[in-house]
This record gives sequence, structure tokens and C-alpha cells, in this order.
Amino acid sequence: MKRLLIPAALALLLAACSSTPDSSDKAGGAPVETRGGSGGVTTVTTGGVESRGLPAVLTDPTSILSKRSVYFDFDSYEVKSEYKDLVTAHAKFLTDNRQFKMLIQGNTDERGSREYNLALGQKRADAVRKMLTLLGAREDQLESVSLGEEKPKNEGHDESAWAQNRRGDMLYSGEF
Amino acid sequence: MFPIVPTIRRIGLLAVAALALLQGSAQAQLTIEITGAGANRIPVAIAEFGGEASAARIVTSVVRADLERSGLFKMIDTSGAAMTEASTPVYDEWKSRGADALAAGSIGEGADGRKEARFRLYDVNKAGVLGGSAFVTSKPMLRATGHRIADIIYEKLTGEPGIFSTRVAYVVRASASRYELHIADADGQNAQVALISKEPIISPSWSPDGGRLAYVSFENKKPIVYVHSLASGKRIVAANFKGSNSAPAWSPDGRKLAVVLSKDGGSQIFTVNADGSGVQRLTTASAINTEPNFSPDGQYVYFTSDRGGSPQIYRVGVGGGDAQRVSFEGSYNVTPRLSPDGKSMAFISRRDGSFRLSVMDLASKQVQVLTDSHKDESPSFSPNGRMILIATEQGGRGVLSAVSIDGRIKQRLSISAGDVREPAWSPFNK
Repeated sequence: MKRLLIPAALALLLAACSSTPDSSDKAGGAPVETRGGSGGVTTVTTGGVESRGLPAVLTDPTSILSKRSVYFDFDSYEVKSEYKDLVTAHAKFLTDNRQFKMLIQGNTDERGSREYNLALGQKRADAVRKMLTLLGAREDQLESVSLGEEKPKNEGHDESAWAQNRRGDMLYSGEF
Repeated sequence: MFPIVPTIRRIGLLAVAALALLQGSAQAQLTIEITGAGANRIPVAIAEFGGEASAARIVTSVVRADLERSGLFKMIDTSGAAMTEASTPVYDEWKSRGADALAAGSIGEGADGRKEARFRLYDVNKAGVLGGSAFVTSKPMLRATGHRIADIIYEKLTGEPGIFSTRVAYVVRASASRYELHIADADGQNAQVALISKEPIISPSWSPDGGRLAYVSFENKKPIVYVHSLASGKRIVAANFKGSNSAPAWSPDGRKLAVVLSKDGGSQIFTVNADGSGVQRLTTASAINTEPNFSPDGQYVYFTSDRGGSPQIYRVGVGGGDAQRVSFEGSYNVTPRLSPDGKSMAFISRRDGSFRLSVMDLASKQVQVLTDSHKDESPSFSPNGRMILIATEQGGRGVLSAVSIDGRIKQRLSISAGDVREPAWSPFNK
């Protein structure tokens, strides 16, 4: 199957240029107000990332490969044994399909500092990446990153919500 | 020199507050609610400015609102007083009204439609002029001129620079798929949108010159550090390595950023030039190392690490080497932010399961917890070091709170249209 990797392109839409405050004429040596609230900020809108089609084996709900999430215990950064089969299946797919790359996104619950949680989410993503590597995926197929607490699957504020948010997600080329 | 300054110092200088609630509220407008004030407020009279009535009203109301909402001043009634900077004050009358200081001014027409704002500040007890200034301004700049005048009055009366002309950056989460980076005046007015994204934006950090913001954007499905020039909207990628890129912090000279990269495994602190070149690794311990913050003298980087088993604050010299542990009490101390004078450190400490803004005196290591809230995060000092802006939660919604360094003055900043988070107070407006 032929599937090109599309690096996520960043499209910047620059809004209209800001007006430049005029500071040329001064009267009587008095300071001239050149920066008020009305000046100085140009709005930028970020581009999105397009989703692309994937082979059915990765999306068919009856295929184990359609499952992409590994859940973690509180304060834990180890892949639990119940996810061994899932990670093994993805490692095999990556081994058989070397042109595919995977982005592993680590996530945490909402408690604590955003940046510290980003670092904790990285530990979860790294744990999944290391397991995939041990099972045959190549390092250059994998990138582990963290979304910290920023992208909760469940926006609730109790343990059942938090349990769904302590998570590593596996995304294939075309999904990121 | 002027007796009023020592007098005010003697009664105990309280912290400064800069964020003021003003009339008018767009949906995206920050509204500011004062929930505490200093005990000994300086009585000051701001006479209604003379000259063109509509312009005078704007400037007068901005000056009064700034000073009043700082929590440090008590406004004395000025009814019946028609005066400008050219008038000779009747000091005895102001003394009998209870004012320690008096300001009067006017708005006049300048060349080609510009306006000129002039004012004088008087010491009522000494019966003398404390200061004054004139600004060329224009209709859209009248509020900014009011903030400038309030800054001068504030500084003359307290001996410390005012922060009414500064700005704040913060992130609004309007929905799960709309995040906006806003820049507003320190009184919450004039909010402008610097960035709109479908994905989260965190950790905005002002460049020391106040012209750029570094931040982390997730717009490409992973954290990438950008440097964004506010006037032009031009963005450059400061760090986009394999893995996560986060937690930007400017060096005091504005030439470098400390960032956290996972490219070498784990989360390690690096420095990069502001254009993304010249990457150098700073931390080496095989543990989490994140949330860097330069000391104001540029000699140290304070950061959070779990190398000792729980997240604590450490510091390392900018040249690298061994790190020293800074925080000891408790099992969760994160997000160090040094005060502008380098003498104290704001941070977030977990106490009884709640995350609270705390301040440590670095010389004595004494820690004071400043809030009784549950979910404080992302502290940011005002550039004069008197207030700390934090994100916190109220009624399940993200709000901002400005807290004086003694914990007495508190202001809540909220927005009707969503969660507000990730505040960053700008440097002084140069």
C-alpha cells in the first residue's frame, strides 16, 4: 500500500497589518503616547492538521489495531500487562509496514502543574515507545510526545474521569 | 525630600494592585473584582480634569480607578472643586477634606487634532508641588495617558514604580476546540487576540523588551515552542525537536530561552538562542527537569525536578554543574518564579491536597502560603514585584487572581465566555 507521510504543515494566516503608531511630532517636548491598548497586536490564526485515510485494518472496529489507547494507574508510568497484546499487535504492524510512522501522545489527569504534567505525560509516551521498540518497531518509526493535561478524554473532575485521562494514544501517519 | 513619602512608608507600605474594573464589557472582556484591600490607604484627591469634557472624563476616571483598585489609596471626594494644573490649590480646604495628596490637570487641544494632557500632583500637608507631567495624546490613547498619569502619582506617593501601563497575557479556552491567546491592558481593558488555535496554548512568557511572547502551542499534535512578535504577528519556531518541546523562559538579556526538550530522552532543560539556534543542554540528572526560570541576574536557572523522589525546586548555574535543592517542606513544590529583585520566589505548593500560591524568602528560606484556594497554578510577578498573578479555579471555572505579596490584597479576573488560564504579566512598558 502506498501512503505518503505528510508532514503536518503549519499554515499561518496573517491578519491585516497593524497600524504603526505615529510618534513623529512632539509638542512642547512632552512625551507622546505611542502605545495604547488600541495598538500593537496582530491576530494570527493557526492552520489545522488534515486527517487522511488509513488502511481498514487500523480502523476496523473488529481489528485489535483500531484500539489505540493504553491506560495507566495513578502516579504510574509502566505499561500494564493487560495492554501487552495491544502493544504487541501495533509493534507487529509497524514491523511489517516500515513506511508507517507512529506518534505516541502521553496524557495525564488535571491535578498539578501543567508543565510538570507535560513531563509526566512524556514518561507515559516513552514507556509505550520503549515497549514498541523492544517488540520490533524501529526508533525512526516512532515519536513520543506529551499533551500533559491539555487534552482530556473525559472532562470530569473525579477519579473515573481522571482514570480515562491517564493515557497513552498511538496515532499513525495521516492521523497527525 | 517631601514628607509624604516617609509618612506613607511609616504607616506600612502595602502591596500594589494594578488591575482595575472599568465600565463596558465585551464578551471577551476581563472583569475584575476586588476581594481585599490594604488596611492603611493613602487619602488622595483626584480633581476632575479640566478642558474638553468627554476627554477629561476618560482620563479622570482611569486615574481614579487605577489608584483606587490598587488597594493602596482612598479616593477623597472632589465635588465642587473646579481646578486644573494651572490653579493654585487651597491647601487648607484639601486638608480639611482629609487628603494627603491632590492631583489636578486638564486636557487641551494640541496640533493637528492631537490632545495634550497635563497634570500636577501636590503634597497637601507640605503645601507644595510633588510632581507633574504633560503628554501629547489622541482620542484612542486617552486611557493609556490616564494609566501613565496614575503610574506617576503612584510612584511619587509610594516610592515604587506603578504598573498601570503594563499588560497581561493569558489564554482563553472558549471551547474544547477554540483557544485564544489574549493581550489586555493591566486593568483588563482593550483585550486583543494574538493567536487563535483549535489546540491548546500554554506557558506564555514575555520577552524582556515586551514585544514578543514565547509559548507552547499544540497546533501540530505535539508541543512546539514558538516566539511570536505581537505587533507584526510574525512567529518563529524556537524549538521543534523530535519529542516534546515546552516551558520556555527568557534569559534577562532577551537573547536566550531556556526550554524543556525530550529529544535526548526524559525531560531535560536546554538553552537556545531566541531564533532557535545554538541548543545547549543544561540539566543531566535522569529525572524530570522542567519549568525553568532565570534569576533576574541571569546567573541561575531555577526549575522543578523529581530527582529526589517528589517534585521539588532546584537551581543550577547557567553554565551547568551540580544543582542545589531550594524547596524542602512538603511533597509537591513546583513552578518557581523569581521576583524582579531576585530576593523571593513564588511557587505552587501542595498542602492537604490543595495547590496553593506560596512565596519563599530566598535568604531565610521562610515560606508563606498566600491563598486558601485549591487549584492555583502558573504564578507571574508584576514587574514592580508587588503582585503575583495566578490562574485558579472558582465554581468549576478557570479565573485569574492577582494577589499582593503579603497576601492582603486580592483581585479576581474572570471572563464570561470561558475559562481563563496561563497568565503572564508583561515587563514595564518602555
